Amino acid sequence: MSEIRVENLCHTYSMDTPFEKTAIENINVVIPHGQFVGLIGHTGSGKSTFIQHLNALLEPSSGKVFVDGKDINESKQSRRDVKWQVSLVFQYPEYQLFEETVYADIAFGPKNMGLSEKEVDERVREAAEFTGVSEDLLQKSPLELSGGQKRRIAIAGVMAMRPGVLILDEPTAGLDPAGCRQIMDNIKRYREISGATVIVVSHNMDDAAEFAQRILVFDHGSIKMDGTPEEVFSNPEELIKIGLSVPRPTAIAMALRERGLNIPGSIYTHEQLKAAVLELKGAGKC
Amino acid sequence: MLKDITLGQFFPGNTPVHKLDPRTKILLVLLYIIMLFQANGWAAYAVVAVFTITSMCVSKIKPKNIFKGMKPMIFIIVLTGILNIFYTQGTPVLPGWIITWEGIDRAAKMILRITLLVTGTFLLTYTTSPMALTDGLEILLNPLKKIKVPVHEMTIMMSMALRFIPTLIEETDKIMSAQKARGADFETGNIIRRAKAMLPILVPLFVSAFRRADELAVAMESRCYHGGEGRTRMKKLVMSGKDWIALTIGVLFLIAVIVLKKFGL
Repeated sequence: MSEIRVENLCHTYSMDTPFEKTAIENINVVIPHGQFVGLIGHTGSGKSTFIQHLNALLEPSSGKVFVDGKDINESKQSRRDVKWQVSLVFQYPEYQLFEETVYADIAFGPKNMGLSEKEVDERVREAAEFTGVSEDLLQKSPLELSGGQKRRIAIAGVMAMRPGVLILDEPTAGLDPAGCRQIMDNIKRYREISGATVIVVSHNMDDAAEFAQRILVFDHGSIKMDGTPEEVFSNPEELIKIGLSVPRPTAIAMALRERGLNIPGSIYTHEQLKAAVLELKGAGKC
Repeated sequence: MLKDITLGQFFPGNTPVHKLDPRTKILLVLLYIIMLFQANGWAAYAVVAVFTITSMCVSKIKPKNIFKGMKPMIFIIVLTGILNIFYTQGTPVLPGWIITWEGIDRAAKMILRITLLVTGTFLLTYTTSPMALTDGLEILLNPLKKIKVPVHEMTIMMSMALRFIPTLIEETDKIMSAQKARGADFETGNIIRRAKAMLPILVPLFVSAFRRADELAVAMESRCYHGGEGRTRMKKLVMSGKDWIALTIGVLFLIAVIVLKKFGL
């Protein structure tokens, strides 16, 4: 069980210098265990700052973060302990690989947890399986692999800790469509099997629409919208005003509506769009 | 934590000090260093301190930022102080003690000297952008080109190094966070354990530094960079009246210090 509760969270970078900048302001949100949350917002909207507070990598300027009702910034020990429970995969995580073999790199997290050799081995193989890293890759040097493979290994390194909350910052940035799909599928599988909470920061609205159960929209350091994909994408004008895009099916539905077709407002998947268009056709209005 | 390292960092501003020609500021720092090493008595130190504090006030650099930059120097400053206290001959403070009045006097002066030295050079880098700094340096060193010193190449390397300090610090911060998120522990354990804990940071950092260097070289070449020959500047540096005034003030202070030294003050 890992419920996250954030109260009045604020963070200001470089306080008292000319570079002072408030990144997030007064954030209040509760994320229940097992939810799949999509975090969207344009660059500099405070998403990355926000997620780094969830496992105490950043200390709040003011406000509190609770995991399972416990204040994670209470002591040095609690700040360290929460990292096993809430794990964070950074943007471009392939740049943090450092060990000589893929196996050793995935094992870094579990080893730090102080697990036995046998358990570490078990977790490495499990994580490799989640991310589709094959047996023969495990003994290679991470530096020899392709970008997509490195990325999956870095994600496996975090999954191997079996966190109750897995947070990923733009896990698909800079990958080709096949690579993106594979990574999103890996994440989905991890969630299905472990039942963990997953929070994905994404620029890709189609991903967010397809996988997330709940979407948080960040703008200028605060949460602008919070709801199911249906609720959030039923207001595409607002999203566009903030400077975000909408999923492709939503954009098509909007364009059709503009041309005077009677298409419902909350479309965000291809299936829904298809159904809506077919219904119109059946009704003989096309 | 790492962000607090302000070495070589530039604080933009709009004060008279910021607006001075970089050459003037480099020469002033040179004068300042000579001044400091000429200073012998307390009166001379006071003159130098007045110079430093006035420049600090005019440039509106907060003392807090100077102290932050001073942090890595504390060890050297303290060590110098201690060595001077214990290894100077003279009249003991109390009969039989190693510590002498001369030692205390000398230690205090040494500490003041290092502190002022660091403060003065920080003022230069805090108020001058790295680009301006290396441009100024290149022009000042131009005569050395006559004896085949690769001045341009050296200054461009310097400006790149300065330019990449914040980037590398940011990168280190990012890698540290990523490894911390995987449970790496940099804060506990003995020295050997801590040194070992640095490995997960150093390896990715080196890999990315080399990658960056490669990319930068390609980017520069694809924009037809081929060294300093025949290269012109977008911003020509011009010495204005203010620069000459500032230099005159610097020279006057230097003369004052030298005169004070002559009188043994």
